[in-house]
Amino acid sequence: MSDVTSQTWTPATDEYQAVLAGLRETVGACMQCGTCTASCPNEFAMDISPRRMWRMIQFGMLDEILESRTFWLCSSCYMCTLRCPRGLKLTSAMGALKRLARLDGSPRARKNGAFYEAFMADVEANGRVQEASMMNGYFLRRRDPTLPLSFIPLGLKMLSKGKLHLPSHAQRGRLGPMFAKARQMEVGS
Amino acid sequence: MKYAYYPGCSLSESAKEFDVSVRAVMDRLGIELSDIPDWTCCGASAAEPVSRLMNYALPARNLAVAEKDMGGMDVLAPCSACYLNLLKVNREVVADRHLHGRVNEVLAASGLTYRGEVRVRHLLDVLLNDVGAAIVAQKVTDGLAGMKLAPYYGCQILRPYRVFDDPGKPTSMEPIITALGAEVHEWDCGNRCCGASLMVGHRDVAMRSVAAILAEAEGADAVVTVCPLCQMNLEAYQAQAVRMGGRRVPVLYLSQVMGMALGLGEDGVQLGKNLTLTAGGRKRITTRAWRTEVQPGGEAGRQEGENNLNKGASHV
Ligand code: SF4
Ligand code: SF4
Repeated sequence: MSDVTSQTWTPATDEYQAVLAGLRETVGACMQCGTCTASCPNEFAMDISPRRMWRMIQFGMLDEILESRTFWLCSSCYMCTLRCPRGLKLTSAMGALKRLARLDGSPRARKNGAFYEAFMADVEANGRVQEASMMNGYFLRRRDPTLPLSFIPLGLKMLSKGKLHLPSHAQRGRLGPMFAKARQMEVGS
Repeated sequence: MKYAYYPGCSLSESAKEFDVSVRAVMDRLGIELSDIPDWTCCGASAAEPVSRLMNYALPARNLAVAEKDMGGMDVLAPCSACYLNLLKVNREVVADRHLHGRVNEVLAASGLTYRGEVRVRHLLDVLLNDVGAAIVAQKVTDGLAGMKLAPYYGCQILRPYRVFDDPGKPTSMEPIITALGAEVHEWDCGNRCCGASLMVGHRDVAMRSVAAILAEAEGADAVVTVCPLCQMNLEAYQAQAVRMGGRRVPVLYLSQVMGMALGLGEDGVQLGKNLTLTAGGRKRITTRAWRTEVQPGGEAGRQEGENNLNKGASHV
């Protein structure tokens, strides 16, 4: 089911170009003041600062952009968006970069995007996210047998507090038609 | 006062105690919540990296249902991520004719359409501006005198849209904390990011934020949150955070703290569901242990409480 999902929502070059054009427009007015970089709580772990990233988008340095881990480290805190003196929607730009990398489909993008993919596949199937099945989907996508181990302490804590339960199917399939429609529109756009 | 209630996925799963305590507190305050029928996931922060259209259509579906079936009542969302996603539809989609048309095309696949007429409200906004701190204070039966609470707002109810608070220096929880008889712990971390979903894929990065926030909570009896993801990050990884300079501290939902003061009792707000709150920590809260600590010899009480918390953590 989930494999079919990721294959049918494939990178259409049109969509890729649309994301890129949107990105250029979003950060086109950046004046390189660096306020965004200074505001970012995760900048210490990024390989390219947010400010430099916008410059690279303006210059169309696509290969370097897609190799960066910067946008995968954005936690959507909106601090940069709040403070940018030009009022640019920088958090959306980070989101668009994630979509661009997803369409590009590199192994790095698959690894870093695995959580979002698993989450959305679970929403599509169940209508409401079911935490246990969603995490299971995430582990399967990461294909790293040691990864689930690092979640055992949390899992045990949740178990002892009665927080793990079987998936509810109350809204199962309710969102299928909307997902199908959006997929068709985005591939064809 | 009546609201269309959007609990969202977290509150139906791991954050059940948030849901239960919100419903109980609102009931006590004379507010009626009626669930949006057949509500579905808002996409949280996972939709934007996958599909721009679904990022808008998922929350829009719930607003469309509320608009159609609930007479345009305000939608109340306790979860920060749900709140922001729903609000974004009103701010970004309805204002953009092309995008609005496309989102409605997706909704049409489920026989729905959204005109843009439903107001989206966060729990804190409703408590502060519709109910008011004075009413909260009137309903207090078992005040929290002597308890010091660190208000933690997180990101998404404050940014990017400035609606009911100052995104750089939020204060909206303070009148409520004071109304409960408790004290506000002054700190600068109330609007600092907890790392959000980075905790899943880049835990080392998120842990830096969590440890820094927990370190600044020094001196508070509890951190108070209004977001299930913040709650989870601040609560569930304290053992690691301590090794990075953080401090162990109970983390509670605002609605749980309110419920305690409004006489709902420990079970009424489901203190037993909080991940790192052990029996000892719970007892401290229910017996208002901090009241005695200002007396000489009170240090012993605090010491014991902390030991209990530590003991609980080593079990997991
Ligand atoms: S804060 Fe805005 S203008 Fe300044 S560098 Fe960042 S994006 Fe550019
Ligand atoms: S929204 Fe992302 S890029 Fe912007 S400050 Fe927050 S983490 Fe950094």
